[in-house]
Amino acid sequence: MRAFDYVRAERIDDALTALAEGNTRCLAGGTNLLDLMKGDVEQPARLVDITHLPLAGIEPLPDGGLRIGALVPNSDLANDRRIRERYPLLAQALVSGASPQLRNMATVGGNLLQRTRCHYFVDVGFDACNKRKPGSGCTALEGPNRIHAILGASNRCIAVHPSDMCVALAALDAVVETQSRGGARRIAMHDFHRLPGTTPQRDTELRHDELVTAVTLPPSPFAEHSRYLKVRDRASYAFALVSVAAALDLDGDRVRDARIVLGGVAHKPWRARDAEHALVGHALDDATLSAAGAAATHGARPYHDNAFKVTLAQRAVVRAIREGART
Amino acid sequence: MDANRLTAEGHARRRFLLGTASLGVVAHTPSLFAAEDAPLVASAHVERGALAPVRLQVNGRDYMLSLEPRVTLLDALREYIGLTGTKKGCDRGQCGACTVLVNDRRINACLALAIAHQGDRIRTVEGLAPHGALHAVQAAFVERDGFQCGYCTPGQICSAVAMLQEARSDTISAATQDVRQRGPIALTDAEIRERMSGNLCRCGAYVGIVAAVRDAATRST
Repeated sequence: MRAFDYVRAERIDDALTALAEGNTRCLAGGTNLLDLMKGDVEQPARLVDITHLPLAGIEPLPDGGLRIGALVPNSDLANDRRIRERYPLLAQALVSGASPQLRNMATVGGNLLQRTRCHYFVDVGFDACNKRKPGSGCTALEGPNRIHAILGASNRCIAVHPSDMCVALAALDAVVETQSRGGARRIAMHDFHRLPGTTPQRDTELRHDELVTAVTLPPSPFAEHSRYLKVRDRASYAFALVSVAAALDLDGDRVRDARIVLGGVAHKPWRARDAEHALVGHALDDATLSAAGAAATHGARPYHDNAFKVTLAQRAVVRAIREGART
Repeated sequence: MDANRLTAEGHARRRFLLGTASLGVVAHTPSLFAAEDAPLVASAHVERGALAPVRLQVNGRDYMLSLEPRVTLLDALREYIGLTGTKKGCDRGQCGACTVLVNDRRINACLALAIAHQGDRIRTVEGLAPHGALHAVQAAFVERDGFQCGYCTPGQICSAVAMLQEARSDTISAATQDVRQRGPIALTDAEIRERMSGNLCRCGAYVGIVAAVRDAATRST
């Protein structure tokens, strides 16, 4: 690992000052950042250790929602009684990610900002990666690309976002709260992560001088009927080939409202609005389910090794809805 | 980096000065052990390439080390303190061989910086049997042949110790059918496998590992 300056932030202002000076990364759980630094993918001049900032609480909001501090560990969030009862989709997504050790370290803020596991991004032995080295090309377009995107990609980058937590947060209409020396911002989860377009080096809308301070959840109508389904190459401790967050608000067997968000298929959590439209107002019969499954991958454009993801995603959507409706 | 700018309140600056002062102590002290009056958190700002005084509490003892900020907790334990029970497998958070307990929670020491764990209670496999008598989990691994080559074993054992505590606290896993349920979650073999999935064993001693964890769970409740 290359050497870096180390600063321990005692107050949020310390972190904001350090970030404003540039070429600085925040150290929280370290599970993704230190891994990438060992691989020479990330080369920050300075780390600001934010682990002692007072951002590790989960507080109730006046509207009945919750504010989750950016430094809450993934394992604590998954096991918070309010999360388990009112947002079980989020608890399921969290425990399906990484390992218990990593979940004890990894934070909510770090999970939001984790980087793709695209083979060509994480290995500096590959010269061409527009995300790592803008303008250098995309090795994945021609190389083995089984794990890559089928939706929303560009000819500059076909990497996918690796998070499970973010897929559930998108389905739960979460909002990301940030702070910089210029002030505070609230960014809807759906707008926080970007599609690659011509600037795949930017994963999110977060500016370099901004700190994620919290994620807020509105009260959810989906607690009774939701399911996070993750499909991967081994039973545990692996990234998703495809994942589905299915959240249903049911009136009898009729769907009053729904969120269908896919993971492992795009540069961001992919909200399948066409699938939601296929569900809302309908009874959950086989015809509705298969229409929703088919609609979930509208516009899909697979590459030479990952056409299987289209069918996999459609079937996973059907199964997640079915299991969510039963809970 | 301008330390004064960052520390307008003087708080971190004071700690930095304390840290600088004790650097001399480290350099002239042959002992690894921290002086009683050494600051609990020695370093608030360290320039790249510089050594910083780092105070770590491992298995109940205080160690005063002189480290670059980029030294991982794993390397601090093995190469600086000499506690080689904790193993380096992949060094990238993928195998779990480096699992240690920090404030009773299991973490991967390879993806942690030593300097960021000052003031924490760190426990390694050496700390599980301080007086020679095996910990219940260690004894169960011996009885059930929970290993072959033994390289992943310290990580497996530390992981299992924390996992049993987590299970006693009714935490959920990806194998838990209903995350909304209250009360104890039965430690089925499926639960044990999922909860131990952060520790890989290339010899494939998983059958013995699951049996050992099951035994230890029964004995300690």
